[in-house]
Amino acid sequence: MAIERICVIGAGAIGSLYAGHLAQVARVSVLTRRPEHAAALGRGLRISGKSDLVAEVSASHDADELDDADLVIVACKAVDLPSTAERLRGRFEHAAVMTVQNGLGAEEVVAREGDWPLISAVTFMSGTRRSDGHVEYELDTATWLGPYAGTRTSYELVREVEGLLLAGGLRAEAMPDLRPSQWSKLIFNAAVNGVSALTDLPHVRAFADEEQRADLGHLVRALIDEGKAVASAAGIELHDDPWEMNVRAVARGETLKGDYAHVPSMLEDVRARRPTEVDWISGALTREGERLGVPVPLNAAVWRLVKGKERSWERAPEAVPA
Amino acid sequence: MRVCVVGCGAIGSLFAAHLAQVEGVEVWAYDLARDHIDAINERGLRISGAGDVLAHPRATSDAAELPGCELGIVATKSLHTADAMGAVGAALADAAVCSVQNGVGNEELIAETAPRVIRGTTFPAGHLVEPGHVEQDTGGKTWIGPFEPKPARMDEVERLAAALTEGGMETIAMPDARGAQWTKLVFNAATNPVGALTRLPHGWACEREDIRELVRGLVAEGRAVADSLGIELDSDPDALVDHATKVAHDHKASMLQDVEAHRPTEVDFLNGGISRFGRERGIPTPLNDAVWALVRGLERSWTREEAP
Repeated sequence: MAIERICVIGAGAIGSLYAGHLAQVARVSVLTRRPEHAAALGRGLRISGKSDLVAEVSASHDADELDDADLVIVACKAVDLPSTAERLRGRFEHAAVMTVQNGLGAEEVVAREGDWPLISAVTFMSGTRRSDGHVEYELDTATWLGPYAGTRTSYELVREVEGLLLAGGLRAEAMPDLRPSQWSKLIFNAAVNGVSALTDLPHVRAFADEEQRADLGHLVRALIDEGKAVASAAGIELHDDPWEMNVRAVARGETLKGDYAHVPSMLEDVRARRPTEVDWISGALTREGERLGVPVPLNAAVWRLVKGKERSWERAPEAVPA
Repeated sequence: MRVCVVGCGAIGSLFAAHLAQVEGVEVWAYDLARDHIDAINERGLRISGAGDVLAHPRATSDAAELPGCELGIVATKSLHTADAMGAVGAALADAAVCSVQNGVGNEELIAETAPRVIRGTTFPAGHLVEPGHVEQDTGGKTWIGPFEPKPARMDEVERLAAALTEGGMETIAMPDARGAQWTKLVFNAATNPVGALTRLPHGWACEREDIRELVRGLVAEGRAVADSLGIELDSDPDALVDHATKVAHDHKASMLQDVEAHRPTEVDFLNGGISRFGRERGIPTPLNDAVWALVRGLERSWTREEAP
C-alpha cells in the first residue's frame, strides 16, 4: 500500500508538527475544531524552531469536507478523543489510523468507531502553538510506532509510515510491539506530569534529587516503581527505564543556570485551567494496577489530587494568568 | 505571674488577650510585626467573633525590653520557632515554655533554649482583621502537659491551665498531652496538604469519594505511627474529617492560605513530622512522604526563576 494522502485529526502543536512535516512528502489534509483555524492553515502552515518550513495543507472543520486518505493520524488531546473519534465514523474506509495520545486506551476508543487497521504510537516531540498557522518545534525527539496489538495491522505498513515520517524530517522508530515503549512513556508521564501539575514546577533537576528526605526524586522514583510493578504483572518488558528517562530529560532540559526546563503538557493544562489527561495517564495506570492486583497507592494519590485541582476551577472558574 | 506570648499573630493574640483578663497575670506580647504591636500599645488588643475581649497586654518587637517571665507561650508559625526562641532566650531563661503551635517538632526546638517545656495543642482559630484586632473564628479547648524529654513541673502546667481557663480559654492540664496533639496532627496532616495541593476548601475536597479515600489513607498512616509510639488518640481523626465537612465546608486550611499567599508552609512539622517519627519507629508512611515532597515542590515553584 502506498501512502499518498494523509489526514491529520487535530491541529494542536503535535498535529501541526505532523501535518507540516508530512506535507513535504505527501498530500496532507487537516481536521480542525474551529473554521477560522482551518482557514488559517489553508493559507499555509509555518513550522519554526528545530525545522524551518512553510507547508501547503488543505484543512476543514468539517470531517465530511476532507479528502479521503490512506493514513489518518489522530492527534487531538486524549480528553477530546471520544468526541473527535465519533467524527470519523463512516469515513476513510481504506485508511489505516494511527493514535498518538498520551496514556493508555486511545486505540480502543478509535476502534469503537470503525474497522480500520490501527497503528499505536507515542511521541516525545513537543512544540508550542504561536498562532493558528504557526508552530514552534521545540523538542525534536522521536515518535515510536507499532501495529496495535491484536489487530490485522501489518508491520510493513508501520515501516512505511516510519519511512514517511523520516522523509518528512521527523524522528521515528517502528517497532513490532509498541507496548514496551508505550508503557515506558506511560510510567514516565504518570510520574513527571503528575508531579509537575501538582507542584507547578516544570521538569527541573529537582525531579531527580534524592538527597533530602522530602526531595521530589524519592516520590518520582516511587511512582515509577509502582508503574514498573504493574508493567511487570502485565507481562510487559519496558523498552526504556522510566527513571533513566527522567534523569536524562532533566539533564537535557535544564542547564546548570536553570534557564530552560520543559513544561509538561499537564502543567500547561493546569495553568490554562483546561481538563487534563490525568484519567488517561495516572488513572489508566491505577486501573491497570487494580485489575492486576498490584498496589498503586501513590499513582492513585496523584490521580485524585489532580482531579481535585480540576474541581477547584469549577468552583472558581475565572482563569488566572500564569 | 508574668507570661510572655512569643509570636502574636492570630493564635498568639487570642492567648495574650484572654490571659490579660486575669487578675494577677502580667502579659507581654512579643512579635516582629511592628504595626500590630504599635496598635496594641496604643489602643489595646481587640478580639471579636467567637470571643469578645478588649485587652491591654504589654507589647514589644524588641526582645531586649522583655522582663524575666515565669511562663512562656510560643505561638509563632512553626518555621519561626527556632529564631523566635533565640531572640527571647533571656526573658525565658527560667521559664516553663508552652508550645501551642501546629504539628510536631516545636517542643524539641523550644527545649534547645528553655529549661522546662510544655506540650500544647489548641483548637481555637482566628485571623487578623487589622493591626490590633483579631477575629476569633472558632472556639474550642486547649490541652497542655509536660514535654517528656525536658518536662515542666505539673504545678506549672496546672497554673497555666487555670489562668487560661479563667481568662476564657478552656484549658485542660494533663500528665500526657500527646493524644490531643497527635489527634490534631493526624487530622491536619491528612487535610491541609490536600487543600494546599488541590486548592479546594475542606468540604469541597472531602465530599469527593476519591479524595476522601486519599485522606483516609493519610489518616491511617498517621494513626499507625501514633500507635507505634504508644500514643492513644483522644478522638478519631476520620470522624473529625467528616464533621468538618459538615461544619467547615468552605473553610480553607491554613496551608492553603499559605500557598495562596506564597508563604512557606508548616508541612515539615505536619507530614514531615509523621514521616520522621514513622522512620524512627520503622513504620512506612508513603502517602505522607508523597504529599510532603509535593508541598515542598510547590514552595520551590515560587522561588524559582523561570525563563519565559
